[in-house]
Amino acid sequence: MKFLSKYRRHKLATPLLLLFALFGIGLTFSVASATEAPKAVNAQAKSTLIEEGQQIFLKGCSSCHGLNAEGGAVAPSLIGVGAASVDFQVATGRMPMQDMSQQAMRKAPVYNEEEVAALAAYVASLAPGPRAYTNEEITWERDGNTAEGGELFRNNCAMCHNFAGQGGALTQGKYAPSVMGVEPKHIYEAMITGPQAMPVFSDKIITPEEKLSIIKWIKAAENEPNLGGAALGRVGPVTEGLLIWTFGLGLLIGVAVWLTAKAR
Amino acid sequence: MSARERIAGNVANYVDERTGAAAWMKKNLQKVFPDHWSFMLGEIALYSFLILLLSGTFLTFWFDPSMRHVVYEGSYQPLKDVEMSAAYASTLHISFDVRGGLLMRQIHHWAALIFMAAIVVHLLRVFFTGAFRKPREFNWILGIALLTLGIVEGFLGYSLPDDLLSGTGIRIAHAIIQSIPVVGTYLSFFAFGGAFPGEVFIPRIYIVHVLLLPGIFLALITVHLMLVWYQKHTQYPGPGRTEKNVVGYPLMPVYMAKAGGFFFIVFGITAFLGAVASINPIWLYGPYTPGQISAGSQPDWYMGWLDGLVRMAPPIETYLFGYTVSWNILIPGLILPGIIFTGMALYPFIESWMTGDKREHHLLDRPRNVPNRTALGVMSLTFMLVALINGGNDIIATHFDLTINQIMWFSRIGIIVLPPLAFVITKRICLSLQRADRELVLHGKETGRLVMLPHGEFIEIHEELSDAKKFTLTQHEQPKAIELVKEDARGVLNPKGIRARLQARFSAANAENIAKPTAAEVKELESGHH
Repeated sequence: MKFLSKYRRHKLATPLLLLFALFGIGLTFSVASATEAPKAVNAQAKSTLIEEGQQIFLKGCSSCHGLNAEGGAVAPSLIGVGAASVDFQVATGRMPMQDMSQQAMRKAPVYNEEEVAALAAYVASLAPGPRAYTNEEITWERDGNTAEGGELFRNNCAMCHNFAGQGGALTQGKYAPSVMGVEPKHIYEAMITGPQAMPVFSDKIITPEEKLSIIKWIKAAENEPNLGGAALGRVGPVTEGLLIWTFGLGLLIGVAVWLTAKAR
Repeated sequence: MSARERIAGNVANYVDERTGAAAWMKKNLQKVFPDHWSFMLGEIALYSFLILLLSGTFLTFWFDPSMRHVVYEGSYQPLKDVEMSAAYASTLHISFDVRGGLLMRQIHHWAALIFMAAIVVHLLRVFFTGAFRKPREFNWILGIALLTLGIVEGFLGYSLPDDLLSGTGIRIAHAIIQSIPVVGTYLSFFAFGGAFPGEVFIPRIYIVHVLLLPGIFLALITVHLMLVWYQKHTQYPGPGRTEKNVVGYPLMPVYMAKAGGFFFIVFGITAFLGAVASINPIWLYGPYTPGQISAGSQPDWYMGWLDGLVRMAPPIETYLFGYTVSWNILIPGLILPGIIFTGMALYPFIESWMTGDKREHHLLDRPRNVPNRTALGVMSLTFMLVALINGGNDIIATHFDLTINQIMWFSRIGIIVLPPLAFVITKRICLSLQRADRELVLHGKETGRLVMLPHGEFIEIHEELSDAKKFTLTQHEQPKAIELVKEDARGVLNPKGIRARLQARFSAANAENIAKPTAAEVKELESGHH
């Protein structure tokens, strides 16, 4: 330390520091560019992945989305939707659609993880779009804040997905599905791609950290025990009214009948 | 005389010498009440009211009716450090940090739903059996007042916690107030002390909810019961029951035991519900801010029909003399409920005018024997039910895979088409049941036993009804239509004109019945024929 304090005002200090800095930058650059070499191999793997994806696409998707994913009369173009959209739609089972009803519904996925990755790579290769995420990248447990997520959820999501994320009705048979039991990466991808009737929540509207908070709140709601007893679907007073008119009043009237029954 | 009896006697004597209660009690404790399960429906309402008073008092110990901003620091983690009103924070405190608080909150809310449901079934019983007829018209009006106040009281209670759901409800109430032409805006400023949501609304409705309305309830319920006491209870027809007597059991000990037991059963069922079934989980709803809303926001069931009417109203507004009139809120939110409740309150007088029946009635009607009234009741119920279904249209849409638009159009058309249809169908069913009764009296019960007579004819044995049963089925009187007097003997036109014609029309519809078997017919059958 004494050395530093003694020579820091030396006339050679500044050029020396500059030299060190330049050396550092150069080193970083060389290390960064050194990854180029294995990437070439990666690119080759990627192109085979894209080809695999194209094969799957031609078999499973092209009848509606067109041979070049250009879209058709019944299905939109997939050029530029990005890997995130493919990962969300296919890995949650929404695509391929089983019937052309109001909107694609969540069901058991048709393709396995590798196939989804291949499809995603193919669609992403057509034009740039949002990339797919892995669950490990969505660090909601570490970076999210439950209470803040709740505020954000009530501000941006509850009007369609209900106060507890149970889903709700939209116009003409469209609906916002329940967000319970959804993988974190799919929640994240839904927010950045805006599937079905959902709007896109870009990173300017809801920052990536805020998205993690929303996911954390959804997971907290999912895991929250039913504190007041049977939850009755967490849909508010409709089921409460139903219970009181069936079980509650039914039982009370039954008791009234019993109390006034004639002894036989 | 045992020592215990002597002590009891001394105590009773001590009280009697100072209050003179013995003579009064001796008379009134022996008062006779008729026995029927449907006479206990009003009791359910009374007992749930007592439960509401008890559990509500418990809640006031911790509830802070203030819209002051606080930051939540209680034990429910998902809302930690969230800004909210003191009302909401204290409700969270009751739910999570007061021993037994959540149970009491849930008991209070379930009891409120039971209270309103019991009032409605009690009202239906009184309506369909004709218990509202002279001399009980005032008590009917008191009942309608209790129903109306119950809806208001329930809504205020639902609004107090200041959660996202209740705030949405207040927002709609605010919109309904504003929809009143000309003065709506001023009234809303008066109620909210300025713009919505303001700072004063919750403290104001709190005092209405816990003091003013319960006080009015206590007074009205007391008068309601005193009138039942004074006018005596109605009874179902049967042998030995007349317009001048009451057949049943004495208050003491039979009804004291039954009613006391029934109170604890009602309390038990309410407490059971409070313990096992979640109601109004306000911690999930979150605190109210005017910028937020949840999908599937609903009122409690007794307001559901009102919400349903508002939801199905087509968006019509007019701009008149500088004022906007929102017919889509005004008509379903105020005008229709006004007509419905005024009509209900005035029904005893309307019916007595339609039938021309001004006599006292203490014997109840069997609903089938008054097809017109029964059909009218089912018609009104159908109207309310369609409205109620539409009130939950979004929940029904998601749970039964329907579209919200289909349900709305079903309701819009159904609310006009289905009630008249229900009227016609109910009336036909009533007349068919009258026909069945007539068959039963004249030919007895089918036993299913077939007998071959010596000459080869097969007949089914019919078992004759007991005389008591026959009496019960035929004791009612069948009204005659009022004859329309167009002009009197001297050719003077009836000054009542249209009114007389309407009345004649109504009473003719009312007199539409299947002729009940006459004594002669019964006698003829008894002699001879199988």
